[in-house]
Amino acid sequence: MLIKKGAEASLFLETWHDRRVVMKRRLPKTYRIPELDQTIRSQRTVHEPNIIHKAKEAGVPTPTIFMVDVADANIIMEFVEGKQVKEVLDTVSSEERLSLSRLIGRMIGRLHKHGIIHGDLTTSNMILTPHGKVVFVDFGLSERSEELEPKGVDLHLMKRALHSTHYKHAKECFKAVMEGYGEAVGKEKAKEVTAKIREIEKRGRYVAER
Amino acid sequence: MPANNSADSYCLGIESTADDFGAAVVSFEGRVLSNINDAYMPKEGGIHPREAARHHAEVAEKVLAEAFQKAAIRPRDVNLVAFSQGPGLGPCLRTGATAARALASYLDIPLVGVNHCVGHIEIGKLATGARDPVTLYVSGGNTIVSAFEAGRYRIFGETLDIAIGNCLDVFARAAGLQQRRGAPFGAVVEELALKGTQFVSLPYTVKGMDLSFSGLLTAAVQAFQSGQYSLEDMCFSLQEVAFSMLTEVTERALAHTEKPEVLLTGGVAANRKLQSMLEIISEEHDARFCVVPLRLAADNGAMIAWTGILAYRSGVSTPIDKSYVNVKWRLEDVYAPWVEE
Repeated sequence: MLIKKGAEASLFLETWHDRRVVMKRRLPKTYRIPELDQTIRSQRTVHEPNIIHKAKEAGVPTPTIFMVDVADANIIMEFVEGKQVKEVLDTVSSEERLSLSRLIGRMIGRLHKHGIIHGDLTTSNMILTPHGKVVFVDFGLSERSEELEPKGVDLHLMKRALHSTHYKHAKECFKAVMEGYGEAVGKEKAKEVTAKIREIEKRGRYVAER
Repeated sequence: MPANNSADSYCLGIESTADDFGAAVVSFEGRVLSNINDAYMPKEGGIHPREAARHHAEVAEKVLAEAFQKAAIRPRDVNLVAFSQGPGLGPCLRTGATAARALASYLDIPLVGVNHCVGHIEIGKLATGARDPVTLYVSGGNTIVSAFEAGRYRIFGETLDIAIGNCLDVFARAAGLQQRRGAPFGAVVEELALKGTQFVSLPYTVKGMDLSFSGLLTAAVQAFQSGQYSLEDMCFSLQEVAFSMLTEVTERALAHTEKPEVLLTGGVAANRKLQSMLEIISEEHDARFCVVPLRLAADNGAMIAWTGILAYRSGVSTPIDKSYVNVKWRLEDVYAPWVEE
């Protein structure tokens, strides 16, 4: 059963050896030529489980991977019970919203501390479990890097996602995300990244102040 | 106050954001009566802002006269003047703004400053009947994926460096191609790409919903200059990679927002290859694919006039002393009360 049709891959809810699993299928995109399509799909299929594993080592909850099929660009992984943060962030109490944001920030901080750049930090890629954990999913665009620049871009994306989807609370949420981030990476590093985010924003075309 | 829908109320729109100087007359009910344009053609290289502004000042009178003549109305029949207030090149914007202020003040009618990016979206909606689309706005100066949420056109993704049109232009110039009047570089690259057969691997850079074209441009220029690949193959590969990136981020915004339509607008919207790729993802997500007609794709006065009408009818106008241009006016900074949610 198709549960989510994303841009990059489609998610199917399946039963696999008596388990409820998610099958992530990178179906061929007919809009791009086969050479480019095959390269992008297989690269991302190999890459994603690798980095999901690295995230676990960093202490960030991610789905368990059961099987990887590179040729067909399929990944079979654990079905994570819970709700997308996108659905809950605007509806919970303001206290819960801030602690959830801080938790998210702490998890992003752990990723970055271990050189993992998520690459698509939106609230639809985070699942809040009934136990109050935030599970990060969709590492399809992630990369490894120890540099400041991609970390800044990563958080800049998070900020942008908050502003476009949760504009009512975006400011306070992002502030809390950065507080949590600081708890994970330390105040100095958080300061550096904050300055980087500002620089990236100013690099954008047509910003009010440079 | 002629704030109504009547067919005998008219808006004059003036566009002068970059290399085009355009003037158009549009009726309040949305009929484009005239849409005249004169483009500055640099002898070599890209747009020199002051040179372009000089061009605009030279052709302004002629273009405005033609716009009135073609629309078959007199200046004093106009009820509203709209002008492109930003974003864009300062000297160019100021030339159009000066003409707009002079006319509004002489005719004693209201003035409305319009955001150029909103103009591209609104004219696309008017021409195609799109109501609530995910918009891919692609041009020489902008690459933006946007959708309307809570009073504003939100930016879901945009280029982190250069615009797609700029990427194609600079590649074309580096490859020694010549620009022809009426055929921008993008059209020349598109033509050559049709004859390409061999795909040359080039960097594909998508970061979430944002894109980067500068690395792609450098790699494409270097690959071409290596002499290993034909110009046709390079144009083909450059388009394939760049447009796949654009299509991927548009699809991501579409999946995220679940909007019922996709609108392609801006100068690069004229590219048939890009159109066909977006059509595929629209179909896959059960969204209607809408593309701005060719005559309204590039910068034009009609989009400014129409957006001016929409703004004015919802109570927005720009007093002359507040009509200074805003060269970095972001799309999402515009409050758009005329759009129904």
